Amino acid sequence: MPSATKPKKRSKSFELQDCVIAAIATGKRAQNLRELRNHLLTIHPESIYYHFWGGLLRPSFDDPEYQNDFAVWAYHGLNDRFLAERLALIDPTEFANMEGLRRELIEVIEERLDENELVPWSSAHQQFHFIRSQIVVFDTRLRLTKPEQLKEYIAHLTVGSIFYHFVDARRRTAHKNDDFSEWLMGFGDTYDELLDQIASLDPYFKSLTELRSQLGEIFKEYM
Amino acid sequence: MTDGLLDRYQEIVGVDVINNLRQLAEPLRGAKVVHVNSTRDGGGVAEILHRMIPLKQELGLEPSWEVIVGDEEFYQCTKYMHNTLQGNRFEIPNPLLRRYEEINQDNAERLREHLEEADFVFIHDPQPAPMLNLCTGRRGKWIWRCHIDVSRPYRPVWKYLRGYVEPYDASIWSLAEFAQPLHHPLYLIRPSIDPLSEKNIELQDSELEEVVERFGLDPDRPIIVQVSRFDRFKDPLGVIQAFRLAKAFTPLQLVLAGGGATDDPEGEEVVAEARAAAMDEPDIHILLLPSDAHRTINGLQRISDIVVQKSTKEGFGLTVTEAMWKGKPVIGGEVGGIRLQVHDHHTGFLVNTPEGAALRIRYLLTHRDKLQEMGQKAQQFVMENFLITRHVREYLTLMVAILRGTQERIELYDSP
Repeated sequence: MPSATKPKKRSKSFELQDCVIAAIATGKRAQNLRELRNHLLTIHPESIYYHFWGGLLRPSFDDPEYQNDFAVWAYHGLNDRFLAERLALIDPTEFANMEGLRRELIEVIEERLDENELVPWSSAHQQFHFIRSQIVVFDTRLRLTKPEQLKEYIAHLTVGSIFYHFVDARRRTAHKNDDFSEWLMGFGDTYDELLDQIASLDPYFKSLTELRSQLGEIFKEYM
Repeated sequence: MTDGLLDRYQEIVGVDVINNLRQLAEPLRGAKVVHVNSTRDGGGVAEILHRMIPLKQELGLEPSWEVIVGDEEFYQCTKYMHNTLQGNRFEIPNPLLRRYEEINQDNAERLREHLEEADFVFIHDPQPAPMLNLCTGRRGKWIWRCHIDVSRPYRPVWKYLRGYVEPYDASIWSLAEFAQPLHHPLYLIRPSIDPLSEKNIELQDSELEEVVERFGLDPDRPIIVQVSRFDRFKDPLGVIQAFRLAKAFTPLQLVLAGGGATDDPEGEEVVAEARAAAMDEPDIHILLLPSDAHRTINGLQRISDIVVQKSTKEGFGLTVTEAMWKGKPVIGGEVGGIRLQVHDHHTGFLVNTPEGAALRIRYLLTHRDKLQEMGQKAQQFVMENFLITRHVREYLTLMVAILRGTQERIELYDSP
């Protein structure tokens, strides 16, 4: 039967993890922009996280029109291109936590509500359904002891693993960084140039497969 | 024998996907998992369970599958339930509901010991839903799996059923749109197809040629296929109209293939309407196939140039998934789960009218390179998202997650 969770051991080696996101319907839905705003005031923070980042692990194509579900709904559900563009510009990496992101979302939506005499609405078939995420992290048992091993292993990582180490890491590491950078920083200034290159990758505008391949190129070049 | 089943999937989806499953299954090793539904043969649920049980077994779990046994009145009741939960307004007579409860009681007597000792029990659809209340000594987690669209149910029936499903530890729905709010986590797991089933395996060219010949099709002219029950929501008349509009510009043949019409009075009416609309046009082939004609359906999808699924209402639309797996772009109605699978210019086109479908048929037939490219993308999309391996992964994830309640983050590490 299932084994118990135990605290993660910290070591100098890099522990390669993998993750799967479980999607959970909240049962909350919006058919117009005011309903969306009202739900956003109280919705679970994991729902905001899911609608910004969950797309990376969902069926989609590499170049979605908009990066977050709110912008996609504004465009397809409400037919409001102005709002879609403004919502699409919100970059979740700029916010320290989900509450900051929630405030910004509500701000943009309220501004649009103020501009319109009528509340934009969608058809019954195109309502916005709030979903929240639950992340299950599991150990691949692979351990890297030298940074040079990254160039060899990166191509074999699953998209779940890339998500965990490059996206999810930003809300659990000390420097709000990806795990690769956090690890490399432990080697003094040896990898400073490499760290700059990794920092130039924007996780919000790339698919996980693109991120994996670009990380691979960077590691190959610098190691 | 289940030996090597994972190896066979590995040949299709790659070693990483299978390793991923093995790692995720590790903490569930030895877990007793029981699935309960109402039929061992026929229907999508049984199809999935036939493959999922041996897969879970090979991954180290101890799965089993129980089927509840009912009588005519019971099935009449659950058929009414199915229809009303999907929106038909109909009052189910009280004697039928009492029979539904009695049959569940009878089955609980037979299955109680097995269900109460299980670590996980998955109850599929409304038929066995009362089982949970009847197994008061249960020790595991109980999950209700709803395969149907309950987005706009007939309220009195949903209210009745809700009393049975509310106490479950969790429920699973195919799409957020289909779910009803309940006081437990509502997991979202999309259905899947099995690439090793008769309906989806690769077929030899000789078998495809035989299908062309059997149905009197011309291999030199494009073939458009829609596979689905003869049901008004599948809009066969709209497909015929789209075919005619497109045929005015390009040579074309249409196959409308479906089954189940013989025991379904409405199905017979729809077939008659389709035949009338076809007006004996030799290039419109209306095929009534037996429910087990999986290889024939497979062949028809494979010989087609484009697959159409012009539904006006749809659940998930696994016929769309099947067609995409065979490398066909799909022109689909902009409804239900079709919207998750068909992405404009990537895997096909979403349409709302026969005119829209005709336009896209013409476009694809005059841009063969695009047709080819979109077909390949469609197949890859199914490979990554809608095969049974992904489905199993999500079941394993759910089982792991549900043991931790509503925690947002679950970290699994090896036992000391």
